[in-house]
Amino acid sequence: MNRRDYLLRKFGLSIVTIFVVVIINFLLFRVLPGDPVRAVVGRNVRISAETQRALREQFGLDKPVFPDQFFDTLGQWAQGNLGVSWSLRRPVSEVLMSKLWNTVLLIGLGQLLSIIFGVILGLLAGWKRKTAIDVGALTFSLIAWAIPTFWLGIILLAAGSTWFGLPTGGIVSPINVGKPLYTIIPDVARHLILPTFTLTILYLGEYMLIMRSSILEVLSEDYILTAKAKGMSHWQVLWKHALKNAMLPIVTLIALNLGFTVSGAIYIETVFSYDGLGKLFQTALTKQDYPLLQGAFLLLAVSVIIANMAADVLYAVLDPRVKES
Amino acid sequence: MNENWTLFKRNLAEFWKTFRKNRLGLLGAFLVITSILVATFAPWLSPYSPSDIIRDEGGHGLTFASPAVHAPLGTDDAGHDVWSQLVHGARISLMVGFMAGFIAMFVGSLFGILAGYFGGAVDNLLMRITDILLVIPDLPLMLILVATIRQLDLKISPLTVLIAVIGLLYWTSTARLIRSQVLTIKERQFVARARAIGAGHGHIIRKHILPQIMPLIVANTVLILSTAILVESGLAFLGLGDPTKPSWGTMLNFAFDRSAVTNGAWWFYLPPGLAIVWVTLGCVLLGNVLEEMLNPRLTAHHLEGDQNMVTVPGKGVE
Repeated sequence: MNRRDYLLRKFGLSIVTIFVVVIINFLLFRVLPGDPVRAVVGRNVRISAETQRALREQFGLDKPVFPDQFFDTLGQWAQGNLGVSWSLRRPVSEVLMSKLWNTVLLIGLGQLLSIIFGVILGLLAGWKRKTAIDVGALTFSLIAWAIPTFWLGIILLAAGSTWFGLPTGGIVSPINVGKPLYTIIPDVARHLILPTFTLTILYLGEYMLIMRSSILEVLSEDYILTAKAKGMSHWQVLWKHALKNAMLPIVTLIALNLGFTVSGAIYIETVFSYDGLGKLFQTALTKQDYPLLQGAFLLLAVSVIIANMAADVLYAVLDPRVKES
Repeated sequence: MNENWTLFKRNLAEFWKTFRKNRLGLLGAFLVITSILVATFAPWLSPYSPSDIIRDEGGHGLTFASPAVHAPLGTDDAGHDVWSQLVHGARISLMVGFMAGFIAMFVGSLFGILAGYFGGAVDNLLMRITDILLVIPDLPLMLILVATIRQLDLKISPLTVLIAVIGLLYWTSTARLIRSQVLTIKERQFVARARAIGAGHGHIIRKHILPQIMPLIVANTVLILSTAILVESGLAFLGLGDPTKPSWGTMLNFAFDRSAVTNGAWWFYLPPGLAIVWVTLGCVLLGNVLEEMLNPRLTAHHLEGDQNMVTVPGKGVE
């Protein structure tokens, strides 16, 4: 396929997907029972009929849902105005931004570690197929897949806090808030150990499996046989010929995994009371804070879609098969 | 009819002969079957009702009693028997998982067959829908869907909402798999011949396509079941289960919220998770083995075995 066509198609699909997410978000908010004014001022605030009418006009709620309200809302979202959280009484976008980097830190660390270990273990497992390493790696990934994320978190939380004295939740100990960076950084690192470890175990299995099957496929190609025939050692063959080609599916997997990664963050941040977007999502869910829920969903979905597109672009650059014809 | 039946019996016997040699497959089948049996006979296996409060001699509720105090699995924060909850939870977890799994399987197979067989616009539409669903992060989507539906006062039980949402979101992988399989089958000679003698689409799909893809559907359903059970446990853990009909996920939600971890009540938070692993592991093992038996792939690669290309006398050629 022509590289430009490929990228255009992926780009178009991303736009359509973002549009679908926006429509879902808009519709779900509209079907909620009760007056939409309540959605703006909160459910338990007393307001007079007069104020209510004024608010309806101010927010354009007296206009038809489509097209006026729809495009109005779209415009607001595009400007980053996601409404006001019911439970926190602060603008949703402000709340989201304050938690975003904590989640990026957690997910980034977990992904990085699991990719490094996943690629190494997958390579070993595929190369030494049907040996103890391979069987061990397969068993591990199978069990890691079958374990519910949050339950693994609970177990590691119990074990880590009882036997290793690790903190049970949060990002920084209350006594260290406001202290200089050299006290805060080691403390944050201690808080990150358990959630990062859980995430790494969770993601590792899949990277390992993909790397293993990818390396198996590459190793049965004829050019590997040729390289071996030239007298290269196994390590040389793996390093010079196999690894580069086998890494390609990992790139796509990172993109495909992002949605899964976000799910993991919701569970793990809940278990470890880690102050990020996932925990925020869960709190919004239990408090039925719809503006916050919708804003968080929009942010998570759109970032996953954009990251996915970025991975597609990267794939097109890396894979010589997708090139200018 | 009679002939078909003998053929079916012979195929099944053949299948069993290969299957029983596969230890992982047998282990998977064992895990799945035992859990189904436990769910079926739950009332006979549990000495108490899940809502009974266990009391000591003084009439006080036994809260967080360890297994040493109250056999076999102790009590929870409210004095309920954990073992009875676990056994009854099997019913809820398996029911939600199986029903959601079957919906996903049905929708996925239907779309897969239609897209693969008819191609064109149907196929295009289906592929775009799966493309879109693949990219939207599934857990946040399910959470806002379930949360909104439950606000609507539709008078449907929370479990039905869970079944519908899981079932209607997890059919895409099945649809893709079935579609690609149908694409290759419909190009085969016997389909062309059937069409040449004037067989209709319905007849071809029922008599020629469906029997060919049925084994694949079965294997895939078993795999989908494990996903459905895992997802249900996750949603229930986040508080979207039915508190009056606790599944394993709901039990873990209770255990976590009511600080079983800080109380050291491992008998409350370990067993439900182990039960989930038991079933999902069983389904994955069984599903993988079934898929492997039905889809034979490459079995060796070039770097296996000897380091040297030159064969040593007596060792044989690779």
